[in-house]
Amino acid sequence: MCLAVPGLVREVDGTRAKVDFGGITREVELSLLPDTAVDDYVLVHAGYAIEKVDRESALETMRLFREMAEAADRGRSEPDGTDV
Amino acid sequence: MKELLDFEAFREGPEAEGLVRRVRELVDGPTALMEVCGTHTVAIGRAGIRSLVPEELRLLSGPGCPVCVTPLGEIDQTIEAARRPDVTVATFGDMMRVPGSESSLERERAAGADVRVVTSALDAVKLASEEPSREIVFIGVGFETTSPTVAAALLEAERRDVPNVSVFPFFKLVPPALEFLVGVPDRALDGFLCPGHVSSIIGSNAYEPVAREAGIPCVVTGFEPLDILAGIVMLLEQVRDVRSGGAARVETQYSRAVRPEGNPTARSLLDETFDTADAEWRGIGAIPASGYVLSQDLMHRDAAAKLGIERPEPAEPEGCICGAIMLGRKLPGDCPLFGTDCTPRDPVGPCMVSSEGSCAAHFRYEHRRST
Ligand code: SF4
Ligand code: SF4
Repeated sequence: MCLAVPGLVREVDGTRAKVDFGGITREVELSLLPDTAVDDYVLVHAGYAIEKVDRESALETMRLFREMAEAADRGRSEPDGTDV
Repeated sequence: MKELLDFEAFREGPEAEGLVRRVRELVDGPTALMEVCGTHTVAIGRAGIRSLVPEELRLLSGPGCPVCVTPLGEIDQTIEAARRPDVTVATFGDMMRVPGSESSLERERAAGADVRVVTSALDAVKLASEEPSREIVFIGVGFETTSPTVAAALLEAERRDVPNVSVFPFFKLVPPALEFLVGVPDRALDGFLCPGHVSSIIGSNAYEPVAREAGIPCVVTGFEPLDILAGIVMLLEQVRDVRSGGAARVETQYSRAVRPEGNPTARSLLDETFDTADAEWRGIGAIPASGYVLSQDLMHRDAAAKLGIERPEPAEPEGCICGAIMLGRKLPGDCPLFGTDCTPRDPVGPCMVSSEGSCAAHFRYEHRRST
């Protein structure tokens, strides 16, 4: 029910946008996200863009995945297995 | 032209194994985390996350699907609307198979009722302007992700002066439900995986009372397997802090799509369109201030008032323990009807109906695995 899908805004025309979902383009309403511009990533739910997807924090999250995974590796290498 | 971001990177990768190891290290006693979003429930099931984590870590599915928690009486109201000859019911597809006390929208449509599946509330407004002689009734189900889209569509109908469209406002609000769930006795709960897309609208600040006053760690999490594993790691780290005397807080794993304040345009649209009201959650009961009614200015869009349809008080199906499951007291496998009398093909209770229901997700992904 709360599924929302990220897509890339290709065109903006007033409160409507054309959004690219990995090759499939759909018309999306912008009234909940009025400052949307071409090249923004938006989350789309039930025909409406509901929020932007921030490229920088997406990359930051990927860095965080690596850090957490590495924390586990360090934990494992400690002989008594205490927390890192 | 910009290239598409590679969201696959959140799906799998060398990090997955490390995150699972990290989860295993952090669990040092019985711990229960609850997700309250059906999309999380499905993602956890599909990725087989329960089979990767230690047995002491219980991942509970809360009342995550707005379809599931819609009371029988409200389903019956939509069926009564569909039976009116001059009414078209427009609905998201999930509502079609939900059984009311003696029928469903799907059965009504087979019997000749005009029930149409739409993917956006705006489609209902479009239908109404194309067919001015019919009343188009939209079934407003959903959490805070969906309700602003319906608010926007209703305001569009006002602006374009389309009189023949109305809505059943059956929406449910997540933070009041979390506050309620915290207070349920006889059940330990160590943290919440908070719904990412609901939080895109309401913002992570909305969970501050749960973390601060109730002392339950909250982590707003995305929907890819690595997001969920990372969210679990963040929660477990907080649980460890809290157990050694620290304070619970709200953290956001899904910062790529969630701001602390949420989406201000959507929030003010919600304020303009709805007033907060007590709401009945199927299987759970009344939760204070956990639903919406239309604001005074939009009361003429209320389908029940417009069509004069009262809400009956029907009985719940016998033997179904959906309520206990959604409160985190029981798991789907604890229900004697699970997988025998109650299956997705022939559901007894609401949690087996929608693919996001805890019983349906359990049946599809975990029951099969273990048998
Ligand atoms: S399956 Fe459960 S959670 Fe999903 S809509 Fe139905 S009752 Fe709600
Ligand atoms: S298995 Fe069926 S009857 Fe049992 S709790 Fe789940 S939905 Fe209800």
